Amino acid sequence: MAIEGMLSFVVSFAVVATIYAIFSLGLNVHWGYTGLFNFGVAAFFSLGAYTAALVTLPKPTGVYAQYVDQIIGLNQPFLVGVIAAGVVAGLVALLIGLLTLRLREDYLAIATIGIAEAVRLVLDNEEWLANGANGLVGIRAPLGSLVAPAYYNYVYLAIAAAFLVAIYILLERGIRSPWGRVLRAVREDEAVAEASGKSVFRYKLQALVLGAAIMGIGGALYAHQVRVIAPSDFNPLFGTFIIWVMLIVGGSGNNRGAILGAFVVWGIWAGTEAVTGRILPAALESRAPFVRFFLIGLLLVLVLLLRPRGILGEEKQVSKLM
Amino acid sequence: MAELVVFGLILGSIIALGAIGLSLTYGILRFANFSHGDLMTLGAYTAFLVVSNLGASGGRIGPLSFGWPMVLAFFAAMAVAGAVAMAADRLVYQRLRRRRISPIMLAIASLGVAIMVRSVIYMAWGGDFRFYTDALRPAMLLPLGIRLRPDEVFVFGMAAGLVLLVYLFLERTRMGKALRATADNPDLARISGIDTERMILWVWAIGGGLAAMAGVLLGIESQLRPEMGWSFLLPLFAAVLLGGIGNPYGALVGGLTIGVAQQVSTYFLLPTYKPAVAFAILILVLLFRPRGIFGSRYGY
Amino acid sequence: MSLLAVDGVVVGYGAMDVLHNVSIEVNPGEIVSIIGPNGSGKSTLMKAIFGLLKPKQGAVLFNGDDITGLPPHKVVRRGLCYVPQAENVFLSLTVQENLEMGGFILNGGVRERAELVYGLFPDLKGAQHKRVGRLSGGQRQMVALGRSLMLEPRLLLLDEPSAGLSPIYVDSIFQRVLEINQSGVTILIVEQNARKALSISHRAYVLAAGENRHQGPAADLLANEEVRRAYLGG
Repeated sequence: MAIEGMLSFVVSFAVVATIYAIFSLGLNVHWGYTGLFNFGVAAFFSLGAYTAALVTLPKPTGVYAQYVDQIIGLNQPFLVGVIAAGVVAGLVALLIGLLTLRLREDYLAIATIGIAEAVRLVLDNEEWLANGANGLVGIRAPLGSLVAPAYYNYVYLAIAAAFLVAIYILLERGIRSPWGRVLRAVREDEAVAEASGKSVFRYKLQALVLGAAIMGIGGALYAHQVRVIAPSDFNPLFGTFIIWVMLIVGGSGNNRGAILGAFVVWGIWAGTEAVTGRILPAALESRAPFVRFFLIGLLLVLVLLLRPRGILGEEKQVSKLM
Repeated sequence: MAELVVFGLILGSIIALGAIGLSLTYGILRFANFSHGDLMTLGAYTAFLVVSNLGASGGRIGPLSFGWPMVLAFFAAMAVAGAVAMAADRLVYQRLRRRRISPIMLAIASLGVAIMVRSVIYMAWGGDFRFYTDALRPAMLLPLGIRLRPDEVFVFGMAAGLVLLVYLFLERTRMGKALRATADNPDLARISGIDTERMILWVWAIGGGLAAMAGVLLGIESQLRPEMGWSFLLPLFAAVLLGGIGNPYGALVGGLTIGVAQQVSTYFLLPTYKPAVAFAILILVLLFRPRGIFGSRYGY
Repeated sequence: MSLLAVDGVVVGYGAMDVLHNVSIEVNPGEIVSIIGPNGSGKSTLMKAIFGLLKPKQGAVLFNGDDITGLPPHKVVRRGLCYVPQAENVFLSLTVQENLEMGGFILNGGVRERAELVYGLFPDLKGAQHKRVGRLSGGQRQMVALGRSLMLEPRLLLLDEPSAGLSPIYVDSIFQRVLEINQSGVTILIVEQNARKALSISHRAYVLAAGENRHQGPAADLLANEEVRRAYLGG
């Protein structure tokens, strides 16, 4: 029985870590490969999650409609929702990019923080959109009828892992392609890249959209995993900050580093939960999460000071030729 | 509407206090310090610590909701926030600076510091709202149908007084001028023999102190919660960018403007959209006038 | 004994060297110019002397003391002041405040020093409390010079003092440089405007591709055919 409990814990952990790994890969496209300081990951995360929810949920009818407000409810299958999530996130990124990509990096950072906040505010207050602060419930579990509920997590892990592997392969191919090399060049020295005739702006925009679409897909997977979403889920800490820590810890500019970082950091987070649950006196237990926040912040600072390249460091250039 | 404007000025004076410190650090240290909001929170909670331990004995000063312990709390708040800011510099930012790291990495590091500060506050006080005083705080009725609490007049007066002090420091003292010079042109300052590392410590001390006072005043004005400073970041950056990075007077005007704009917006929008107003102004500034209304010596 | 001696310095950025074994000498009371084409390393040499760059090899001696690689704020205290080519004033400060910053490390007597500087640049006195950002290019250059004089330097390094100035101001600036020299300050100038620089200098060096090319009394260089063709426009 204990083994089953452990296994179940590990699987739950792996599901969340896998989803975060997808976000991390998306951020790697933005920051690791293109040098875009996107501090509004939470925006694409939440847009992906909400899109998937609104596309796969039915429109509320009857009594239900009195309590739940949704702009659409298309009742589509899981995959359609995921694709829609990626598309919506990508489109929003396109809009954002057209407006803000020419900004200097720290201005872009501030702007993206604001964008994420704006998205959250809209989702929170415009109830006609997606039920406002109450959020949406009853999101379907794909392939839910396949196994008993107790074992469902294994199925979902397989689903999430499949997406992770697919995205990883796509990105690895992409990075070695001519397109990917231009991206790397842009990150190293924009002036040089511009001088050789490539439209830097267009490449950055493409990278922004691609990364955002990946984050949107991650959001969709998140929605189907937790089945209940609300705007408060997508706060700066868990929606953006922790993903940055994951990427930096694992090694930005490195897809395997992104995935590793997600597992390491989430491992620390989940692991410390198990530990503090046991050693802290009951009175302090409600404060336990904050000790763990502190550790995450400390981890980030320590990595920046002591090992800024992360665990795996940046991948060696595939080719220096442009 | 008049009441909205007046209230906006009061809130704006708090934003301005925070923005002045942020503008100075941004201009001199050349990176966006995302922990500035949490320095505000730290100041507010430090004051809470002092007041909640000494408060009962203090009585009240006139019509204000607090007594002399609060005055002591002001100094404690400034000291603690200033110290933490300087420590963060020595332990983290200075080391990263020595490596010629890009300003973005410094900004990321400051996010880590912000999380640490906020977590400590959460650990010590939890997430509930706190108030400096449980006493009722009635409003006075002023001309033009404006209702203001005496505390709110105090907040504005205090902010104004601090801004005046900062002005005198920057304009009339040797150190203040050297600070402005360093913000204007750090290389030239070094060439002139100014010890820029010392200037940096001064900036953190002043920035932290002003942030702390902004936090305390915000706490007096409304309530304390651990996210209070972080949720101020957008208005703070909007004010700094509006006024021009490194320009403390610009930050003052920017802060007041954002405050008024946010309050007046509640005439048309839900109050929860106030941060969105700040954000809208921020985006407009970045797109159309990144140097700010008054110009900035930094970057663009 | 020379006031400044630069001996075989090699200066570079990373793997790329800009200066290859450059040596110059400046004697007390002289005006010495360094001329040469763009990119020959003239500014780099100045920065290396003043401590903004550290030479990989070679030495910089000031008044007999080895100041190689000493940081700027220490160099300044020894009586060596530097006026950069660009960004050489505090634009958001007033003229008076710029001078005060120039005299920051003084232990008093800043007002008096400022008055002496105003004596040299009477136009600035009228604009005392104006923000330097509002002044013309020529006036700004005067402020830049004035700032550097606040510490009564023994040696003044000027990096392209006439850069970006209109012809009227160019003459004015060089006139002031002469006056400053006459008041006892030794001057080392790096200049693009070779002809003008040579006309007020005692001696000069020609630097090309990071190496010493020619040197000698200014008059000799002005007369030298090769120098005229290559660097003075014939």
